[in-house]
Amino acid sequence: MKFKSLSAIIIASSVLMAACSSDEETAKSSDTTAEQTETTSITPDLQPQLDSYQSFASEQMDAFLTETEKFVTAFKAGNIEEAKSIYPLARMYYERSEPIAESFGDLDPIIDGRLADIQEEGKGKEEWTGYHKLEYALWVENKTEGYEEVADQLLADSKKLYALVQTVEVIPDTMLTGAVDLLNEVSTSKITGEEEIYSHTDLYDFKANIEGAEKIYEILKDKIKEKDATLATTLEEKFAAVNDLLAKYETTDGNYASYEELTDENTKELATAVNELGEPLSQLGIILE
Amino acid sequence: MSDQKITRRKMLKLSGMTIAGVAIGASGFGGVAKALGYDFMQVDDNTSTKNKINFYGRYQSGISTPVQKHVYFASLDTSLSTKEELQKLFQMWTPLAVRLTNGEPIGDSSSNAYVPTVDTGESMNLDASNLTLTFGVGPSLFDKASFGLTSKKPSELKDLPHFPKDQLDAALCGGDICIQACADDPQVAFHAVRNLIRAASGKVTLKWAQTGFNSMPKDGGTPRNLFAFKDGTVNPSKSEELKQTVWIGNGESKGWLTNGTYLIFRRIQMHLETWDRTSLKGQEETFGRHRDSGAPIGMKNEFDQVDITSTDANGKLLIPENSHISLAKKAKRSILRRAFSYSSGIVESTGNYDAGLMFISFQKDPQAFIDIQNSLGRVDRLNEYITHRGSAIFACLPGVEKGSYLGENLFSTL
Repeated sequence: MKFKSLSAIIIASSVLMAACSSDEETAKSSDTTAEQTETTSITPDLQPQLDSYQSFASEQMDAFLTETEKFVTAFKAGNIEEAKSIYPLARMYYERSEPIAESFGDLDPIIDGRLADIQEEGKGKEEWTGYHKLEYALWVENKTEGYEEVADQLLADSKKLYALVQTVEVIPDTMLTGAVDLLNEVSTSKITGEEEIYSHTDLYDFKANIEGAEKIYEILKDKIKEKDATLATTLEEKFAAVNDLLAKYETTDGNYASYEELTDENTKELATAVNELGEPLSQLGIILE
Repeated sequence: MSDQKITRRKMLKLSGMTIAGVAIGASGFGGVAKALGYDFMQVDDNTSTKNKINFYGRYQSGISTPVQKHVYFASLDTSLSTKEELQKLFQMWTPLAVRLTNGEPIGDSSSNAYVPTVDTGESMNLDASNLTLTFGVGPSLFDKASFGLTSKKPSELKDLPHFPKDQLDAALCGGDICIQACADDPQVAFHAVRNLIRAASGKVTLKWAQTGFNSMPKDGGTPRNLFAFKDGTVNPSKSEELKQTVWIGNGESKGWLTNGTYLIFRRIQMHLETWDRTSLKGQEETFGRHRDSGAPIGMKNEFDQVDITSTDANGKLLIPENSHISLAKKAKRSILRRAFSYSSGIVESTGNYDAGLMFISFQKDPQAFIDIQNSLGRVDRLNEYITHRGSAIFACLPGVEKGSYLGENLFSTL
């Protein structure tokens, strides 16, 4: 997973060029990120941590692309069961690095948009693209015919995203805000089963979001300990509490129970654990003091 | 000003000196609590601030305090496991409660914009608004063996028995700890509970919560409930009456509860649709009082003596035997009612109002309430128009004297 194949780099650079010429909007959003870096980059001593997070995000995107390729291949071959089993796992790479993936404002809804989000923007079902549309095809329609173009498009967009992520400059706020945002994602859509309304694979996304936040903590751990050792201990306890709860729903290695199997009591318990993690996690900013 | 923010250095010094019970962010108090470093002995009531009701005193405020316009009532469960942790929680809450009742934020924010503010901020520029914070502990708290508080549990602190026609929803019942926040401003009441819970993140979770309101007549007097009848006419008010009815005296219960009382909460849904199609005469006979004046049927004034034996020219009882006040009076028990109305949207299954009475009463002996409720029994005419949906009982801690903290006697070894 760690190696970045030559072909991936070639794809990345060619896609990037395509992205620049064909999609000005996307290119613009990466400019904005670069600008922000200049104004808020006030802590040069965090550079190793920022680099470390950058390479984490990069690895995740690399794996995301690989898994998405597998998914699209299975999908287009009409292997419904295989596609269904790859679907939640491929998405975890995306969910883990969401603070980065989401920083490309236009690509996120194209790859990860739910029908409800599209409709909220006043767009019709025909404008819906990405993973969740294929989720709909697999779990509701139980077919792949007619969705081949969507699958192709998903792969193309994933390549575009992969290329753009290589250019992102991570700033402290990406990590600090990102960690809390990942938890907020869990609280607002995963815990309610609104992310994966057809496949009910919300717990995979849940787990991945938590892992993404935990990675940020791991990278910043030493800095946090310097400022407040108790906060580090508390965070470790709270991450463990959430992970222990999630482990109850792990079916086979790395796979999770359907969201539909959760009772109100189960979701409340999970939500409480996430809130209790979120509160101390919101204090990560002390390392910038 | 009683702004007693302790500097980090001073705090370290204090904790280094191991002064008994200094409420600092101990291990596990992540987030907000970390930023709060009050010594509960140092934060004081600011008596010169506007619309202020003192926190400190022999009894907790929010009990015999004249009823405010709004309440936010929160029932909490705790995930703590030792008595010491529980003690620290109440030690941490005490100075925060004082600050909140002073109309102050729970803490001053640091200059670091990369972390959330210590206080959530929505009460900024609002005054104390007569905020009172009343803390109580429920029976379930004593049942957690790890607290080692079993021997401190008073025999009368137990879930209320089932009453005829109860339709209780478990989601609206019970709780380990309660915080009753009353204020003349709804946002001030909400802010207080929100910040106390946030400061205790990882220690307590909300089990249920209920907002309520009261509207006061301009010239003072008893507020009306949503059936338009005055609620709380027969309330003890003189300090001697309160001692007889409300405050637990020395030797009357467990020692730690002296100067405390019992709070009973009932969420009573009122069926407004059926009530509104009942004739005025029918409504008055249901309560046993005239609606407009609040006088007992046959009398002129609200505070006229209720004589449940008085009859009309034909020898018929003026106040029907099955009316609410007749039955309540027969129980010959006294409680302090401190109710609010509530309106919580609609009942999904029927489209009817989910509105009614947030009944709160205080009494030194829960049996007083039980006797009244049993007397009402199945025969109370009001039953046709109401359904009890929620229920809870809490032992309200004694008042806190400055230098002490909430529930100190519960935790002392004596």
